[in-house]
Amino acid sequence: MTQSNGFKVIGTRPVRHDGVDKVTGRALYGADVRLNGQLYGAMLRSPHAHARIVAIDTSEAAAVPGVKAIVTGADLPHVGDQIADIGEGAVNLRHLSANILAGRKALYFGHAIAAVAATSLTAAQQAVNKIKVTWEELPPVLNLRDAMAAGAAPLHPDVFTDELGEKSTTPSNIAEHLRHEKGDIAAGFAEAEVVVEREFVTGTVHQGYIEPHSATVQWNADGQLTVYCSTQGAFGVRREMSEILGVPISHVKVVPTEIGGGFGGKLNVYLEPVCALLSRKAGGRPVKMTMSRADVLAATGPTSASIVRVKLGARRDGTLTAAQAWMAFEAGAFPGSPVGSAAGVILAPYDIPNVVIDGFDVLCNKPKANAYRAPGGTNAAYAAESMIDELARALKMGPIEIRLKNAAREGTRRADGPVFPRIGFVETLEALLHHPHFQSRLERATGSRRRGRGIAAGFWFNWGGTSSASAQVNPDGTVALSEGSTDIGGTRTSIAMQLAESIGIPVNLVKPQVVDTDSVGYNDATGGSRTTFATGMVAYELGQKLREELIAHAARQFEVEAAAVRFEDGAFRTDGKPPLSYFDVCGALRDTGGEIVASVSMRTKGEGPAFGAHLVDVEVDIETGKVKILRYTAAQDVGRAIYPPFVEGQIQGGVAQGVGWALNEEYLYDKAGHMLNAGFLDYRMPTALDLPMIEALIVEVPNPRHPYGVRGVGEVPIVPPAGAVANAIFDALGVRMTELPMSPARNIAALAAAGVAA
Amino acid sequence: MSTLAVTTTLNGETVTFLCEPHETLLTALRDRLMLTGTKEGCSNGNCGACNVILDGTLVNSCLVLAAEVDGHQITTIEGIAGPNGLHPLQTSFLENAALQCGICTPGFIVASKALLDKNPQPTEREVRHWLAGNLCRCTGYDKIVRAVLEAASAGATKE
Amino acid sequence: MQTFSYRSVSTVEEALAALASPTARALGGGTDLIPMVREGRRQADLVVDVKGIPELGRLEIDAQGNLTIGAAVALHRVYGHPEVARRWPGLVDAASLIGGTAVQGRATLGGNLCTASPAGDSIPALIVHGATLIVAGPAGRRSIPVAAFCIGPGRTVLGPGELLIAIQVPAPRPRSGAAYLRFIPRNEMDIAVASSGVALQLDAEGHIAAIDVALGAVGPTPIVVADAAALALGQAPSAEMAAKLGAAATAAARPIDDVRGTAAHRKRLVDVLTRRAFMAALHRIG
Repeated sequence: MTQSNGFKVIGTRPVRHDGVDKVTGRALYGADVRLNGQLYGAMLRSPHAHARIVAIDTSEAAAVPGVKAIVTGADLPHVGDQIADIGEGAVNLRHLSANILAGRKALYFGHAIAAVAATSLTAAQQAVNKIKVTWEELPPVLNLRDAMAAGAAPLHPDVFTDELGEKSTTPSNIAEHLRHEKGDIAAGFAEAEVVVEREFVTGTVHQGYIEPHSATVQWNADGQLTVYCSTQGAFGVRREMSEILGVPISHVKVVPTEIGGGFGGKLNVYLEPVCALLSRKAGGRPVKMTMSRADVLAATGPTSASIVRVKLGARRDGTLTAAQAWMAFEAGAFPGSPVGSAAGVILAPYDIPNVVIDGFDVLCNKPKANAYRAPGGTNAAYAAESMIDELARALKMGPIEIRLKNAAREGTRRADGPVFPRIGFVETLEALLHHPHFQSRLERATGSRRRGRGIAAGFWFNWGGTSSASAQVNPDGTVALSEGSTDIGGTRTSIAMQLAESIGIPVNLVKPQVVDTDSVGYNDATGGSRTTFATGMVAYELGQKLREELIAHAARQFEVEAAAVRFEDGAFRTDGKPPLSYFDVCGALRDTGGEIVASVSMRTKGEGPAFGAHLVDVEVDIETGKVKILRYTAAQDVGRAIYPPFVEGQIQGGVAQGVGWALNEEYLYDKAGHMLNAGFLDYRMPTALDLPMIEALIVEVPNPRHPYGVRGVGEVPIVPPAGAVANAIFDALGVRMTELPMSPARNIAALAAAGVAA
Repeated sequence: MSTLAVTTTLNGETVTFLCEPHETLLTALRDRLMLTGTKEGCSNGNCGACNVILDGTLVNSCLVLAAEVDGHQITTIEGIAGPNGLHPLQTSFLENAALQCGICTPGFIVASKALLDKNPQPTEREVRHWLAGNLCRCTGYDKIVRAVLEAASAGATKE
Repeated sequence: MQTFSYRSVSTVEEALAALASPTARALGGGTDLIPMVREGRRQADLVVDVKGIPELGRLEIDAQGNLTIGAAVALHRVYGHPEVARRWPGLVDAASLIGGTAVQGRATLGGNLCTASPAGDSIPALIVHGATLIVAGPAGRRSIPVAAFCIGPGRTVLGPGELLIAIQVPAPRPRSGAAYLRFIPRNEMDIAVASSGVALQLDAEGHIAAIDVALGAVGPTPIVVADAAALALGQAPSAEMAAKLGAAATAAARPIDDVRGTAAHRKRLVDVLTRRAFMAALHRIG
């Protein structure tokens, strides 16, 4: 049956194909892998934030009964200064290698130093405790200001500032300084009648996926490596393994398990190369290693703490004339913070004629930053959207009014270069404007409670990348779909739906599976909000091929030309003959030319940039500083919602993470650089009791460059929340919160500084 | 320290397994009994991914020693569906798209079953309070809470 | 991971014999002990499971209305007991706050006391309810007021080989009420940044006949606000009295800066929490 959107499958809500396995405990995730003869690995991690490794003595550890192998950084082959594109950013492999197992120095608390494989986890852990490291402690660099200060001791002797494309000649903790310029910034501010400027600080936060990293690797005597792991990108793991270990890529097969959340934190390898080295040393026995929660928080990709300054100029009528942003992001121990994408995001929602954006990628003795859902976007938008709010108040304009007045549209050029194709920011703002939440009046609270309402917008580029898939039509009419995009949130189904729509069959006839790297063509990682867009585009093309083949088979059965056959409503028709059902044609494939198998690989283009606009009501207890989220509405242009409940779920989940970031989540370190809250008790992610229902308002401005209009959904919704909550707190208290998280103690301190008494 | 033999009623069947005294129930379920539906998220009682029902009470299996369950009854996620198919909570989670990555789902379903066994018609606030020990990072909880409320209104009490 | 042996006992005598070893530890709910030992934050070579001792599993109200809670009674039994909930609301406030639902299925008041965290939720509540502890040891049994039990973070007055048997909570006095409030950044699954328990009794004229205030997480042990009686006894309860008690709480607090909060915020919080707990306790006098 065709729905109001003109589609038969797209927009429906079938039960996801992997659903039963996931509600019955049958689905196998990283730590659920068990191979015959497997050994258990354990890791020694640095107790220091910065220390030279003088010597490692493993003799006592090797004597523990059951120990089969011990490895250190010395077991990794030298890796040159190669750059590999692994999805959400370029990674310097030499640094990646040193992040896997430290070389001469430990560069952060939790840095992997050595590992043991043994016949039991207990034996492996006991052996790890007996490895003796002789340390020479070095003073750590723990924040942006110290790291960037003139004369700061550099972490690496071989990192030189890339200053607007030119390499400097002295080592520095500033790995890169980038700049985007548009128009004439001086003239723009000269034209401005109102100028606002402020500096914001954000803390280090983690992706917080519930599944710890786990890998099981077997390095066979014939040189073949098989990797079972929970990853966002099996092909990225394959390439990193090949390059870190110095083995041909053809020797590595990666079998992706189900993945228990990633949000950008499972793009890179951590344990996999170590398990491989241990396996080889242990005579080819498979080695499994799983991180503890403390390891995950202390030593895997958090996202950057940052300092962001924003200056905006506007005319009295609200027209933005100039904007300047300066941002420094902590990269952690190795270069590569998301400052680049932050610089692209920060002012993207607005059409501003004169812009300068400066970004700095800064090293410090903290874990290497990794991508986290719209990397850099939340930091950037928190600052920018706070300033848009401040400007609107200075101009006595409404928060949606000022954003609509300056909204980016088709043809607007971003400061970082690209010109927007058809986008839906205006439609998103208008949807929020007309929503009952925005139209409602916020009831004021009594006593020590103050209420406020805030709005913020957010942008994400979205990404295409390369995807491949293959499919075959079975005699019973089912279509087996093999894909290489690991499924974090239901993409098996959103891709199967696009395949079904394209062929013209019900989605329950498609049997999607995510397969290993030897069994499907290349796929970029599940990241950048690309999978439903790009792998969906591949599924569309694949469907068109299968449909064409099916029509050819039906034509042979009809004994007519293929051009004379139509496939409509589940039946093949040609003039003057009774129709053939879809199942009749599938059942006769062997007699009409043989089975139908097809595969498609595409380097996709035409990703659809997307915007969100969030509205939140908060209540602040001015005696304790605690913030309660009363109501939340998130509007977003998704292009086309393939599976609307999953789209809502992505938006709701992004909001929840953004609210956690806004209110309570942050890494806490002591002065020596030891992480103090590496656990779910004190790294405070929102619980079910910390959030209300979150209304996701789906706006559909189809992406004209995708067959079904898909833009990508997952990243936009984490961009606006921190700014929206900050603006709501300002509305409640009249105090501009300039540091994330806006924790109770910080709110109380800010209230006291502002002279607001309880 | 010596290996212990533990006999327990697991998902309705009597089983005997060997374990070390320091092993948790979570480890024994996953590594001794091969029931990997019970997940490890934090190993210190702060995420709920390892929730099981022990003698009718919801517990974190990472905070129970395997040795402690000798003579007791355990229900894991693998024991929630009945011989006639999925438990209404499982169906409701699927129909409400209450899972994304799915790693926390077994814990949420076990916890929700313990809730509905005790309180068949909970309010939204009661659901949120009961499930506050179960962390989900994907969904923002909205669809999980709705799934539990819908299963409750459909009368998903004891299977 | 630390390894250890496990023994389950069914009598107090067996338990005491096992606990005679200096590296043995009693296991109740295990929600603190198991992760602490596994992560090396507590040493133990032998874990003695005391849940099989009937006396430690008792939850009884005697004819005089006094409550006895065995040291191994799980929290969900405490707050799930309708009479306990009605008569000792401050205790129930605390018992229903510790951990999440699954933790409460296992954790015990005995364990919360013996862990002796400065932030242990049950301790201020038990103090203001006037609870005492029954302890058995090599030298026989003794009773200890809860207020005198903790002597530092993780340290109690329990001697070598002693075992906490039960918590005795006296019957609530007529016209009395109690409340325990804590502040946490989230709404669940957190350790108190600061907390306050208040119990009070009114006389026939509606004046304060008795008052106890105890604070958590603002010192190395729970702190009894000694000035509370002088500020309140004999007077009619009021918002002004609440404010004075709050100020007294702030004065009594000796907080530190740590990962969970700042000293300045904690000083402010005990004021707020004490005022609010006072009003809540007053409101509960029925």
